[in-house]
Amino acid sequence: MAQTETKALKPKEKQEVMTPAEQTSPGAVFTPNVDIFETETKITILADMPGVKPEDLSIDLRDNTLTLKGDIAPVEGPDEEDVLIEYETGKYFRQFTLSEVIDQDKIDAQLQNGVLHLTLPKVEKATPRKIVVKTE
Amino acid sequence: MMYRRVFNYPWRFRSMFEEIERMRQMMDRWLGETEGILPMTRAGVFPLVNVTENKDNFFIRAELPGVEKEDLDIQATTNSVSISGERKIPAEDEGARYHRREREAGKFSRVITLGADIQPDKVEANLKNGVLTVTVPKAEIAKPKQISIK
Repeated sequence: MAQTETKALKPKEKQEVMTPAEQTSPGAVFTPNVDIFETETKITILADMPGVKPEDLSIDLRDNTLTLKGDIAPVEGPDEEDVLIEYETGKYFRQFTLSEVIDQDKIDAQLQNGVLHLTLPKVEKATPRKIVVKTE
Repeated sequence: MMYRRVFNYPWRFRSMFEEIERMRQMMDRWLGETEGILPMTRAGVFPLVNVTENKDNFFIRAELPGVEKEDLDIQATTNSVSISGERKIPAEDEGARYHRREREAGKFSRVITLGADIQPDKVEANLKNGVLTVTVPKAEIAKPKQISIK
């Protein structure tokens, strides 16, 4: 499906977010664009976080709340002057509430080309079973 | 008359917009300077770019998360750099239910015209963590020269 798509990409403005707690370090905070999909055994989250290095990314899951945080380091050299600035850079922050029970030991995260691939396997108990309704 | 002129010559039409865009950028720069804020202008074409310069080079940066370097095509002329490519998002297994779909796939192409002559054969591009950096060396003639006072 994706292979046949040839539509032209439109620029998307980054969305700035207000984090629940006040920031202690300066700089803008943006919400990464995500794809979330679910199969019977797992939930997958893909998040665009360009400029974030693997060591600057933190993923935290507690009390059914998943928190994604990404810090970025400035890429410009000290002697560079701005000519044209169309996008801003800043940290990424996004939180999700997970309704399913996740097997925390088997969470897998990969960061490739600025895209986070996060696989959250559901615990065995939560995989749906078909319940037959009996009638008398 | 105007109508005919504009619509018979698409390049004229385009250069008119470029002129307006240039004026807008100048205005923004003046306004921005007084406030100490960087000029923010958008050409409305993907990818959005940040262009910086130092004495020897221009740097063009764009955020292209999920774009493979094989799917990028960068070309340079004496005063412009074109970036084109395709962002592919692999299809997921059947039966996957989408909860959010904010990431987009598609093709893109953009030409960035630089304010000075460049050395097209020495342009270098680097794609790291989803950020593309194109280093564009200025032509010798465009570099600032230190003038000594006798």
